[in-house]
Amino acid sequence: MNQELRELYQEVIIDHGRRPRNFKVLEGHTHSQTGYNPLCGDRLQLFLQIRPGPRPVIEEASFQGEGCAISMASASLLTECLKGKTPTEAKALFQQFHQLLTGDDASTREGLGKLQVLAGVRAFPTRIKCATLAWHALLGALDQGETKPDDPVSTE
Amino acid sequence: MNISHSLATGSPAPRDNSPRFDVSAIRSQFPILERRIHGYPLAYLDNAATSQKPRAVIDAIQGFYLQHNANVHRGVYQLSEEATRDYEASRDKVRQFINARERAEIIFVRGTTEAINLVAHSFAKPLLSPGDEILISTLEHHSNIVPWQIICQQTGARLRVIPISDAGEIDITAFNSLLSPTCRLLSLTHVSNTLGTINPIQQMIRQAHQHGIPVLIDGAQAVPHLTVDVQALDADFYAFSGHKVYGPTGIGVLYGKRERLETMQPYQGGGDMISEVTFEHTEYNELPYRFEAGTPNIAGAIGLGCALDYLQAIGLAQIARHEQALLAYATRALSTIEGLRLIGTASDKAGILSFVMDAAHAHDISTVLDQAGVAIRAGHHCTMPLMARLGVAATARASLALYNNRADIDALVAGLHEVKRMFK
Repeated sequence: MNQELRELYQEVIIDHGRRPRNFKVLEGHTHSQTGYNPLCGDRLQLFLQIRPGPRPVIEEASFQGEGCAISMASASLLTECLKGKTPTEAKALFQQFHQLLTGDDASTREGLGKLQVLAGVRAFPTRIKCATLAWHALLGALDQGETKPDDPVSTE
Repeated sequence: MNISHSLATGSPAPRDNSPRFDVSAIRSQFPILERRIHGYPLAYLDNAATSQKPRAVIDAIQGFYLQHNANVHRGVYQLSEEATRDYEASRDKVRQFINARERAEIIFVRGTTEAINLVAHSFAKPLLSPGDEILISTLEHHSNIVPWQIICQQTGARLRVIPISDAGEIDITAFNSLLSPTCRLLSLTHVSNTLGTINPIQQMIRQAHQHGIPVLIDGAQAVPHLTVDVQALDADFYAFSGHKVYGPTGIGVLYGKRERLETMQPYQGGGDMISEVTFEHTEYNELPYRFEAGTPNIAGAIGLGCALDYLQAIGLAQIARHEQALLAYATRALSTIEGLRLIGTASDKAGILSFVMDAAHAHDISTVLDQAGVAIRAGHHCTMPLMARLGVAATARASLALYNNRADIDALVAGLHEVKRMFK
C-alpha cells in the first residue's frame, strides 16, 4: 500500500466508516437535512437538536445513511465534534474543514482536532465530495428554520 | 452467444477462417496501454464507459485534419470533395457493419443519447395521445428512460417498465402481457451496461411486431462485442456510440428503416438538412441528410469508420470468443474472493462484472484499485432505477474489451485482496 493510500484510509477512518458513531434518528431533533451526492448516489440524513435562546447551542447531533468509508467516517466525526458548539462556531468549522481538504494552507488545521485525520483526502480530488457530504447537510440544516421542509442539499 | 462453457474446458478449433487472435499484438496497437498509473501498468477495465483507441483511429483523425480538412457537401474544390468522400465512405462502412439495407438509413448523430432523443421527438411524440404507452425495461440506462419521460409529460402518454429477475434477465411473461394495444413503441437495451445481460432482442422484436409495435434498440454496449445485423433483427431503429466501439467521442449512429424515417419530421433545423429555403417555406433534404442539421462531426465519422474497419479485420466472432473466455476467467477468479457478490448473473452475458463487497463500498474499492493501476467504475452506472430494483446503492464494475488479458484480471483480483486487507 502506498503512502497516500495509507494517509487516506487511516485506522480512525476505517473504524468510523465501519462503526459510525451517533448513527441513529435523533429523537426530539429540531433540525434535519438530507445530503445527496448525485454522482455516486450516496445519501445521508443529518439530525440536530439545537437549544434555542439568545445563544443557541447544538446539544445533540446524529445521522443515518449509506455511503463509502470516507463519507460515513466524515459524518460520524462531524456529529462527534458538533456537540456544544453554537451554529456560528459550526459554520466556521465547515470553512476550516473545507480549507483542510481543498486549500494550500496547512496552518488551518489548528482547532480541527480529530477531524485532521481526513486531511489525506486532499490527495484524492475525486473523493472530496464524499468527505464533505455531511457538512453540506450541516449547512443546509443550520440555514433552515424549524418548519422548513427537508429539501435535499446536493454536493453539486 | 454464451460460449464460455466450451472455452472454459479447452480450446475448440476456430469456427471461421480469420487469423489467430493475438491479444499482445492487439495491445501494442493501443498506445495508451503503455501508460503506467501510480507506478503500475494500466489495467483499463472501464470499457463500458468508454473504450481506448487504436493507433489507426488516432491516425485517421489526425490525417483528416492534416490533409483533408474542409466542410462537406458544398465546396467546389478538391479538399471539400475529399472530405465529403471520406465522410460518406464512413456511412457506407457503418451500413455494411450493421448490415443495413441502404446508406440512406444511416444517420450520424453525437451518440446513442442523441439518437434516442431524435426518435423520441421525431418519431414517437407525434404518435402519442394521452393514455398511450411507451415500453422500456428495468435494465435501461438513464438515456433510455429520461427522453421518454420528457415526451410522456408533453403528450400525456405513460411509461411502462418490463420487470427483471434477480439474476438480471428480462421477465418474458411479463413482457408479453405489457404488449398492449395502446403501446406505441418498445425501446430496449441490447446489452445492459450495468449487468452485462444480453437481452433476447430478436425474439422480443418479433413479439412486439406481432402487436404492431415498432422497436428501438439501444446498442451502445452491444456493437463493440456482438455481431449486429439490423435486418436479421428486424429492428425499426438501432442506436450506438462511436466511442464505445474504439472510435472517437461525439459521433454515433442512428439506424432507422427507410419507411420509418420517411414518416418523420426533422429533429433539428439548419444547414445540410434542407434542399431549398425561402422565408416562407423550406423543402427538406432527402434521407439521411434531413436528420443531419449543421456541419457534422466529419473527423469523428471518419474515425468511427476506421474503428469499424479495425474491428472487421480482427473479426467480431474472434473478439466475442476472446471476451467470453476472459469473462469466464474473471467470473471464476472473482467467485473465489470471500465476501464478494457478483450482481447480474444472467446466463447470456457480455463482458461486464458488477459486484459488491462486504469489506468496502464501491468507491473505496475503486480508489484502492486505482492506486494499483486498475481502472474500474464505481457507482450507479446511470441506471438508478435498476440499482433500486437490485437493492444496492452502488456497485463496482469491471468491463472488458478486446485488448484486455488475464494479467488485467489478475491485477484486479490482487487489488481486491488488498481492499480486504485494508478494510478487515
